[in-house]
Amino acid sequence: MSNPAKRRGVLGWLCAALGVALLAGTISASAHDEHGHKVIAKAGTTCVRDDEFMRRNHMKILMHQRDLTMHKGIRTTKDSLVDCIECHVNPKTNSVASSKEDFCMGCHSYAAVKLDCFECHSDKPKSADGVPHPAVSPTEGKDKQSGLSGKMRGQMQANPISSNIGGGVK
Amino acid sequence: MSKTDNSRRQFIGAGVAAAAGLVIAPGVTLLDLAHARPADEAASSANRWGMLIDSTKCATGCNDCVTACGKENGVASTGHPEIDPQWIRKIELKEVKSGRSHSLPMMCQHCAEPPCVDVCPTGASFKRADGIVLVDRHICIGCRYCMMACPYKARSFVAEPITDQKPGRPRGVGTVEACTMCVERVDAGMSPACVEACSSANHGAMLFGDLNDSNSEISKRIATYATTQVRADLALNTGVRYQGI
Repeated sequence: MSNPAKRRGVLGWLCAALGVALLAGTISASAHDEHGHKVIAKAGTTCVRDDEFMRRNHMKILMHQRDLTMHKGIRTTKDSLVDCIECHVNPKTNSVASSKEDFCMGCHSYAAVKLDCFECHSDKPKSADGVPHPAVSPTEGKDKQSGLSGKMRGQMQANPISSNIGGGVK
Repeated sequence: MSKTDNSRRQFIGAGVAAAAGLVIAPGVTLLDLAHARPADEAASSANRWGMLIDSTKCATGCNDCVTACGKENGVASTGHPEIDPQWIRKIELKEVKSGRSHSLPMMCQHCAEPPCVDVCPTGASFKRADGIVLVDRHICIGCRYCMMACPYKARSFVAEPITDQKPGRPRGVGTVEACTMCVERVDAGMSPACVEACSSANHGAMLFGDLNDSNSEISKRIATYATTQVRADLALNTGVRYQGI
């Protein structure tokens, strides 16, 4: 490493290799947005509006459609949540919101915006209805909640309200 | 949805229409045909969806309508029946003196003047233009006033988190829910799951149709036979009518 010319040559090679690696990185990240989130969508489809608009306004579109559907019974599929899920479902988890790998949670966890659509709505596509995806355990998450309610039930049984009232009357 | 799916649906629809159009006697058709309105058209007050339940044909112990409702809407037991939401339930009536007993399904009566809508502080409880009474769970705060107001005990509170909802059938903790008359199916031109289950098992105790259409099977039956509104004294003008009680 005493020869400066040889040293420069090695550095040059390193820089070139780094450049190629970066270029390859950008090509494979074409399905990622500028924050590096993986954008999952069914191949060969385009979104109902352009991506930039959807990123900022999807919640307004969903809210508008929700009121139309709920109160007027208008069930057009273009802006329906069910159709969003059909296209953006993560084939690995069969969901759009079960983990940070999924379409919705990727951004929502990064932006720390709580998402409550899926407290009531199913995060799974209609097509897979009744057929659990092999990668998904159907009892996952459920046990956690029933465990919690079981604990609450236990506490309620340990301190029955009726006995408190009875004590008060006496 | 692809074009192939659409054409297949239309073909199936045509087949069903051809089969159901069979007239078994003058003025009495095998099935009351409901036609789906276009998806972009709002529900209209030209229709008023209702049900006629013939309790003389409703067998004691038969639970087919309740099972079908649970399956259709993803209403499953939470494991402790005392707080399970009920969208439809079977009740037994017994006349004390004669001992005559009969059975009938009880659910949201889809009143024209719904007390649940009157008392709702947020506007979550509402009546659609076509008479179907619903809870908009997006704005329901779970106060349960509507449960108190309903004379039919038709509404339930969801007390525990639900994780395995059916796609297209949202249900969630902290909100009140009730029979929706399978509004998603009605909008698609089908009859509610309970009615379909009852007729496919050949019980024929439930009939669904448009009360505003004088040519519908349900209107003809109501015009011909004595039917009852439960708690008619409250003048709520229920959409669900009973025969034989």
